[in-house]
Amino acid sequence: MSLPVTIRLSTISVRVRPRGVTVCVALLVAAFLLLCLGMTIGDVPMGLPDVLTGLFTNSDAGNAYLVQELRLPRALTGLLAGLAFGASGAVFQTITRNPLASPDMIGINAGAATAVVAGIAFGFGNGLGTTTLGLLGGLLSGLVVYLLAWRRGTTGYRILLVGIGISAMCTSLTDYLLSKAQITEAQSSMGWLVGNLANRGWDNVLPLFAACVVLFPLVLGLSRWMGTLALGDEVAAGLGTPVQPVRLGLLLAGAGLVAFATASAGPIAFVALTAPQIAQRLARVSSPPVVTSALGGGVLVLGSDIVARVLTPTGLPVGIVTGALGAPVLLWLLVRANRSGSGG
Amino acid sequence: MTSDTPSLRVQGLRVAYDDRIVIDGLDLDIPPGQITAIVGPNACGKSTLLRTMARLLTPKAGTVCLDGRSIHDLPTRQVAQRLGILPQSPVSPEGMTVSDLVGRGRAPHQTWWRQWSTSDETAVRNALAATAMTELADRRVDELSGGQRQRAWIAMAVAQGTPVLLLDEPTTYLDLAHQIDVLDLVVDLNRDEGRTIVMVLHDLPQACRYADHLIAMKAGRIVAAGRPAEVITEELVDTVFGVRCQVTPDPVSGTPMVIPISRHHQGVS
Repeated sequence: MSLPVTIRLSTISVRVRPRGVTVCVALLVAAFLLLCLGMTIGDVPMGLPDVLTGLFTNSDAGNAYLVQELRLPRALTGLLAGLAFGASGAVFQTITRNPLASPDMIGINAGAATAVVAGIAFGFGNGLGTTTLGLLGGLLSGLVVYLLAWRRGTTGYRILLVGIGISAMCTSLTDYLLSKAQITEAQSSMGWLVGNLANRGWDNVLPLFAACVVLFPLVLGLSRWMGTLALGDEVAAGLGTPVQPVRLGLLLAGAGLVAFATASAGPIAFVALTAPQIAQRLARVSSPPVVTSALGGGVLVLGSDIVARVLTPTGLPVGIVTGALGAPVLLWLLVRANRSGSGG
Repeated sequence: MTSDTPSLRVQGLRVAYDDRIVIDGLDLDIPPGQITAIVGPNACGKSTLLRTMARLLTPKAGTVCLDGRSIHDLPTRQVAQRLGILPQSPVSPEGMTVSDLVGRGRAPHQTWWRQWSTSDETAVRNALAATAMTELADRRVDELSGGQRQRAWIAMAVAQGTPVLLLDEPTTYLDLAHQIDVLDLVVDLNRDEGRTIVMVLHDLPQACRYADHLIAMKAGRIVAAGRPAEVITEELVDTVFGVRCQVTPDPVSGTPMVIPISRHHQGVS
């Protein structure tokens, strides 16, 4: 565990962990480098200087168009989706006290996916329509999970169990819609379903950016209570935490972040599950830190997207790489959880 | 911090889980500055009473008043500055250190701009010292022995700095040495810091030894309350626990000692 340092100024006092700050800065730098590196890849390979020139100046109009209109939206969608998935994963894992209860396990990604595939199958799912559908689907499944898990308040374990059930139902519904859809529609859905950053435009970036601007401060504001919620509901309540309102607020904000991210980038697998666990171990703390998890998610998505495009000339969807990287992490978590007797 | 005498009073309390009424029409006054032990058979509602007094459960009727105001109407944070609760067998997150856990007990006194005041620091240092956990402050809670772990949790509740402290079966799952260890600590907190303590205990002789005030419950009602020496009689133990017994003075503490009579051991006299 890393030790906190206190900074005091008369009655004001702030507590920070130097290790946590170092990790955050390192991840921030890594995210920026990966963002720029990712923009060098494409049909027209570019050097890093060309990307930076195209990014900050309009001296070469063609270059500037390529970077600003084609490559930057893709990179930003990846970054923002990663941030949203990472932060949301940290929120869910903390309020349920279970590393397995990330939004991709408890049906929020699956709900968003079902809504979007339904949109594509019934022919009204493109552009802003996809975003709205993904958002509604994700929020709706989040709300259903919360309501079904409610029994004289909610407990983390019930949220996980109900969530797994809802997730399975949504996945079957998605598969049913895919089996009914025409080949072209199914293909278009599949491309989106694995989580894809190809052909993202500013219309994908802006709603997600707006969601991050609104929801991140909300999550950070409520995250003050996450320190007591990590001790369990009863201890948290005894320490003066308004457990149910805080949990509902965090759940909705977390579901909102995931829904917007899924709507823009598809349900990219395992980022919400693994980023907080990696962040927690990097920062050496006992529960996932929100900001570090968010940055970890951003780095994970951007890195995976680069790997995906370097591996094959046509470019794999990013979700395949995060899935391939995330599955071993999930197995490792399960084995560890079983060993310490706290398995989900 | 704990010099003022708090008052904790329960009036007309009715608590139910869905339709099953666990406590009905219960009145109770907790004597300030003393150790109160609540005893009774399994499922008599003793834990439910304690948890309702800590506003972890909402009563169907009646009130729990802390310093004259209903705790279910007060802001939860305000209650947490006056009344602490340690639930039964709490579990800390994997990898959390003792000092981190104890520090979280300060949450009701912290704000965005006051994340770690000097009084937080003093409270945590004193809590670690009072529970003899100073040496173990940097150890992981999940690597401690059962007794040390329970002391760490009590240290968290102590750091909260509340004049009233409620403990739900603080000795459960501990071996005999650790049970005595924890109960001696509870007496220290009462004698040295003047805290009002209410605890649910399973073990009747221990309750008689350590409590100034004993509350015996059966089927959601209080059967008897008062000093252990006055309350504990052979008839009462039979009524409350359904066990025939002999009551003799404890040779060590002089408090009542309950010796059950079983089918196989009918006495030597």
